[in-house]
Amino acid sequence: MKVFLALLVRDLRLAVRQSSDGVTVLSFYIITIVLFPLGLGPNPQTLSSFAPGLLCVAALLAAILSLEGLFRSDYEDGSLDLMAVSPNDLAIQVFAKITAHWITTGLPLIAATPFLALLLNLPVQAYFTLILAMVLATPSLSLIGAVGASLTVGARRSGVLISVLVLPLYIPVLIFAVSAIDAALLTHSPKPHLMLLGAIFAAALPLCTIASTIALRQALE
Amino acid sequence: MTNYFQAKNISCNRGGKCVFKGLSFSLQSGGALILRGPNGSGKSSLLRMMAGLSTPAAGELFWNKENISQDPFFHRDRIHYLGHFDAVKPALTVRENLAVWQKLRSNSLSGKQEEKKALERALKAFNMTHLVDLPARLLSSGESRRLALARLLANNAALWLLDEPASGLDDSSRQALEKIVSEHQVAGGMVVISVHGPSNLKNTHTLNLSLKAYLK
Repeated sequence: MKVFLALLVRDLRLAVRQSSDGVTVLSFYIITIVLFPLGLGPNPQTLSSFAPGLLCVAALLAAILSLEGLFRSDYEDGSLDLMAVSPNDLAIQVFAKITAHWITTGLPLIAATPFLALLLNLPVQAYFTLILAMVLATPSLSLIGAVGASLTVGARRSGVLISVLVLPLYIPVLIFAVSAIDAALLTHSPKPHLMLLGAIFAAALPLCTIASTIALRQALE
Repeated sequence: MTNYFQAKNISCNRGGKCVFKGLSFSLQSGGALILRGPNGSGKSSLLRMMAGLSTPAAGELFWNKENISQDPFFHRDRIHYLGHFDAVKPALTVRENLAVWQKLRSNSLSGKQEEKKALERALKAFNMTHLVDLPARLLSSGESRRLALARLLANNAALWLLDEPASGLDDSSRQALEKIVSEHQVAGGMVVISVHGPSNLKNTHTLNLSLKAYLK
């Protein structure tokens, strides 16, 4: 627990003082969404029918942007070596880093979503489900993304490689997030879709942390 | 209690090429092992093996007759590894940098007061007390090396694995380093150091090892 907190605080401090990844992700998300009314035309009906898909895809692409830096700097400056020779479990330290990543990128995405939904004329009854879906989906994006980031940590130009590896794995998250919001729009119960999103999160929590830890140890060999 | 750190016939392959093979040594409490050899002779690879970061292609490493890969957590608890890179985060202050690694190596046995004392002692040993609240990005490369070295004193570990620790250090810091290494030995610790060129380390327990002989 002490180790988890120490690393979490360190990564949050680094994020606040360098304020790079979080800001990039958020501005990318906002700009893409703002571009869609310009491209699709200002018709409120068209926009509101596309809104769930646009919001989810844009959030997903924004999350991809920040993944490259997740383990990169620690790998390059030797911090990862020190984490790996720490007497405490590497998995706890990896989990602390993933948590910090979600706090700095996932939370801003969630916070910006209602305003962007307003911009796309999303009907009011879907807002609650939209936020709930984002709350359940963004941790999975960080967790699954961490596996891609740790597999490519030693590779050059890993940004493209991460997208190719991780985007296909994001598909289930995308499908259930969009269908939950669609269900709410059609006044069906979004519950089953949200529960499936929760299930993906629950499965990714241990599996992705362990996979990421193993990949990082491999990269250090 | 005397501890023993031994290697029996270990080999190292890098990218399918044999770097060294059939390497053996024995080190006991208070002893130092100096690794010498040209670039690419496998000094860093050997240190990473000793740290448990990689496994030897053949042969085994023992701590008190027990293979180190059998209980990696115990092994990591008794080593300090210092690689080529300083692992210093430019955005954190000197104190924050040191405190993070201290917490990462801490176990339930170490108390808060003791840790604080050890941290101050570590900063003092490398003459960094006046820099504690400075962001590490303002440090020179020698100063950030000193910060990396200060980690050795922030936690206790029986075996220090130092990969060219003196690179980029000025004379007085070199002396400070030699001082803490010999103090560590007197206290019953062990050190493995890789060195280029002549070493000023004066300790009676030095065990010279030439990796050149094992090159294929």
